[in-house]
Amino acid sequence: MTAPVTAGRRYAGAALDRVEGLDKVTGRAAYAADHRPADLVHAVAVPATIARGEVVQVDVDAMLKRPGVVAAIWHGNAPRLATSDEELAVLQSRRVAYRGQYVAVVVAETPEDAREAARTLRIEYVAEEHDVILRADHPRAYRPENVNAGHPSDTGQGDPDAALAAAPVVVDEEYGTPAEHNNPMEPHATIADWHGDGLIVHEPSQNVSGLRATLASLFGMPPGHVHVVSPHVGGGFGSKAKTLPHTILAALTAKQVGRPVKLALTRRQLFVATGYRTPTVQRVRLGAEPDGRLIAITHDAVMQSSTLSEFTEQTAVPSRVMYAAPHRRTTHRVVRLDVPTPSWMRAPGECPGMFALESAMDELAIACGVDPVELRVRNEPAAGPESGLPFSSRNLVACLREGARRFGWAGRDPRPGVRRRGRTLIGTGVAASTFPALRAPSSATVRAEPGGRYTVRIAAADIGTGARTVLTQIAADALGTAPAAVTVELGDSALPPAPVAGGSMGTASWGTAVVRACEELAARLEAAGGTVPDGGLEVTADTGREVRAQERYSRHAFGAQFAEVGVDADTGETRVLRLLGVFAAGRVLNPKTARSQFIGGMTMGLSMALLEESIMDGRFGDFLNCDLAQYHIAAHADVRDVQAYWLEEEDPHLNPMGSKGIGEIGIVGTAAAIANAVHHATGVRIRELPIRLDKLVR
Amino acid sequence: MRPFAYHRPETVAAAVAQAGGADVMYLAGGTNLVDLMRLGVLTPATLVDVTRVTSATIEQTPGGGLLVGAGVRNSDLTAHPLVRSRYPLLAEALLAGASGQLRNMATVGGNLLQRTRCSYFQDVTKPCNKRDPGSGCPARTGDHRNLAIIEHSEHCVATHPSDMAVALVALGALVHVEGAAGARQVPMPGLHRLPGDDPSRDTVLVPGELITAVELPALPLAARSLYRKARDRASFSFAAVSVAAALQVEQGVVRDCRIALGSVAHVPWRAGRAEDALRGAPATEQEFARAADIELEQARPLPLNGYKVPLARNLIVRALADLAAVR
Repeated sequence: MTAPVTAGRRYAGAALDRVEGLDKVTGRAAYAADHRPADLVHAVAVPATIARGEVVQVDVDAMLKRPGVVAAIWHGNAPRLATSDEELAVLQSRRVAYRGQYVAVVVAETPEDAREAARTLRIEYVAEEHDVILRADHPRAYRPENVNAGHPSDTGQGDPDAALAAAPVVVDEEYGTPAEHNNPMEPHATIADWHGDGLIVHEPSQNVSGLRATLASLFGMPPGHVHVVSPHVGGGFGSKAKTLPHTILAALTAKQVGRPVKLALTRRQLFVATGYRTPTVQRVRLGAEPDGRLIAITHDAVMQSSTLSEFTEQTAVPSRVMYAAPHRRTTHRVVRLDVPTPSWMRAPGECPGMFALESAMDELAIACGVDPVELRVRNEPAAGPESGLPFSSRNLVACLREGARRFGWAGRDPRPGVRRRGRTLIGTGVAASTFPALRAPSSATVRAEPGGRYTVRIAAADIGTGARTVLTQIAADALGTAPAAVTVELGDSALPPAPVAGGSMGTASWGTAVVRACEELAARLEAAGGTVPDGGLEVTADTGREVRAQERYSRHAFGAQFAEVGVDADTGETRVLRLLGVFAAGRVLNPKTARSQFIGGMTMGLSMALLEESIMDGRFGDFLNCDLAQYHIAAHADVRDVQAYWLEEEDPHLNPMGSKGIGEIGIVGTAAAIANAVHHATGVRIRELPIRLDKLVR
Repeated sequence: MRPFAYHRPETVAAAVAQAGGADVMYLAGGTNLVDLMRLGVLTPATLVDVTRVTSATIEQTPGGGLLVGAGVRNSDLTAHPLVRSRYPLLAEALLAGASGQLRNMATVGGNLLQRTRCSYFQDVTKPCNKRDPGSGCPARTGDHRNLAIIEHSEHCVATHPSDMAVALVALGALVHVEGAAGARQVPMPGLHRLPGDDPSRDTVLVPGELITAVELPALPLAARSLYRKARDRASFSFAAVSVAAALQVEQGVVRDCRIALGSVAHVPWRAGRAEDALRGAPATEQEFARAADIELEQARPLPLNGYKVPLARNLIVRALADLAAVR
């Protein structure tokens, strides 16, 4: 583990083009919904139109008389599933837990017939009173055992209340982030095809091994009888990482009708049952000396989940890592409402949590009259502030300094609302970014052929990140060959099991297994005199033991983001004129795909800052703005000048590649940097996202 | 969507004849109608495709105006040299709307007849008096952040979404229509109607009437004009509020002006009170603000859209100040 991480590298660190890039841009790459098995029928999921209650009756008979309709399935005639997971127990109960929950499915020979049948299906409900609005003082808020990623709900040190009462400078504010929805370019779709007692599922998945296990368990069969095929995924951001109800619905329907079934969600349906970022209500209190050195940090976060399952975002967790302070506390509370279950959306926890913490740090900088870059430098901890563990590497200060230099931060006039270009108010802001550097056990197989070709096989996922390309580079280095001699097969559950493309840990986890398999293969080849036997040579590695035995360090990537905004003095329209990030994330394995990850995350953060909000209607119990005309995601015109840089970071405590994850850190801190810049431009502090014109026009 | 019959006649007369029955709708660019059919908001039994019958040409009229065929694409209209030189507010309004792809498809006639983007209207599982008369208006007490502040009714708080129509209302365009009862011309404003107690009807057109052309009057004043659109997203976004304005100043005094507002009412809103207040007044920022305030006295914002009042005021003042070059 402490061997130099740069030895023998030729291709890791090179800006290789995506190995499947040409297939994608020429349309040759087949996505799940492109797959058309013979005898295919089309299913459309029918959503509940009440937020809580029961389905009494579904008029199946009328539906079956329609031309082209093959089946209509609801709780009353659905096959039973073996699960206690209420989220996935589709059509297993009369209960409706949220508006939009699938209560029936209609199957027809054409998608048009199926859609029309679903539209006109008559369903009788008994509705009950529902409760869908999150409030910080909700009487049913409770402390969950753990929050997402296994973190404890609450932590504390010292006596923060007393320290805050005595602190010379105090910031005590509430921040809010709205519900937000992932909108990958490729909507979710499943093709389920039963062959005897085996099930083949084509669907875009961030976790084919996990999906296989869940499907096998639900349908009561050995995992080997389930085959998940997912060679290309058109974006996920977390929304294709967990097994979702529509997948179960497709498999159940295909079993019932005895034909392969295609169930493709519409864009509107993505806003219901594919997960979303929970709204958050956060209170951050900072107590400091007049020079800005922190005495106390508290971060209390309230989130929502559904009545079906508890998912609590780890919103306050970044405050356990960022800054030194002797007195501290973090808490998480969750309210179970009659809403769909929230789930992962790029940097769950870190992203909304750092909006609050980094906005509060800006407020503290102003209260103390200290430059916001300098304030952060002053509060740099020597070791994990709560864990006490040494950092494997931590270069936040270097990112802040390098970012400030590149951005032209020096000499910034801190006064708000005094810079104008014509009718535009100009301001700049900074915020820090962080994301844990995680790794999970994985297996991988590598096979050498006599002709000098190698094949790496691993049930990893390339969700547009460049994973296939980076694993090719990693394998080429480990084998001492060229990338062109290596083929990486991934996105298939028949391949050696591998963990989810999530938590920014894909490359670290899969790459470790690929390196170990390649090392072992190279050793065996050497032992055999360097000649590949006629039948080829194959080695499988499993990193379970290595990953579990890794030394205890606080492992995190860090970054600093700088924003310049223009706010129209007449209309309150905010446009981000410049966004510049500097990141320290271990070794960057492919500058080309890494840059896309960083600027992609920052762009999504810009979108979160200014635009994104899923609007819940408390009376109906569903989100109102369920299309891309109403749910605004940044358009090209919003994204003007986004630059990402990174520092070379040597960290021997990570993995054989020396890399930290880069998929999520780009979105962490962006919204705070922009909100801080808006304050600098206007003097108006926006503590509730998004920063839309109605909050600034006057 | 519901199955439908599709006709593609070759003449206006044939189109009008085919549109005689119940449940018939005209189809032009389809950029809004097809969406609404997919959502089940509109379920016509018959579509009459008018892309072959309406003119796609722009001609000069003897009086010095332009006659724009209803089939002219938005992208062609905004690019036309005479539109750009004589009616900058119209060229700018068109460019501010939708996306390049949509403007290439959308026609002038269809743009005028697009429907509100109120989210309740677009969701058939919810009440909406415009879609389902008598079912109620949940927007009034729900999400109306981007809905009307002027002349809404207890039955409907929707806004008309078009940018182009705001410019046409400012210009006083004439809409040429043909129906079973013959041809007529409808002046703008006047094509679109306020919601009152029947928001299901967006316009004064009777069933089966087809827009064949839009006539832009000769209006020298419009050569000095602009369109400003405030919106959340920098492109591909409906207006929070927009303003179309034209101004003629002589010796520091407003000789004539045209002002219209978008996204404040069920109709593209001609700010007639502000215009009246300005004619003959000094061309100063103070006077522009005074005129804007006079217009907006009639605003009755709802709990979530009060911001539209200062936004509309600021946009009017800025537009006029820029046109007068007094700021």
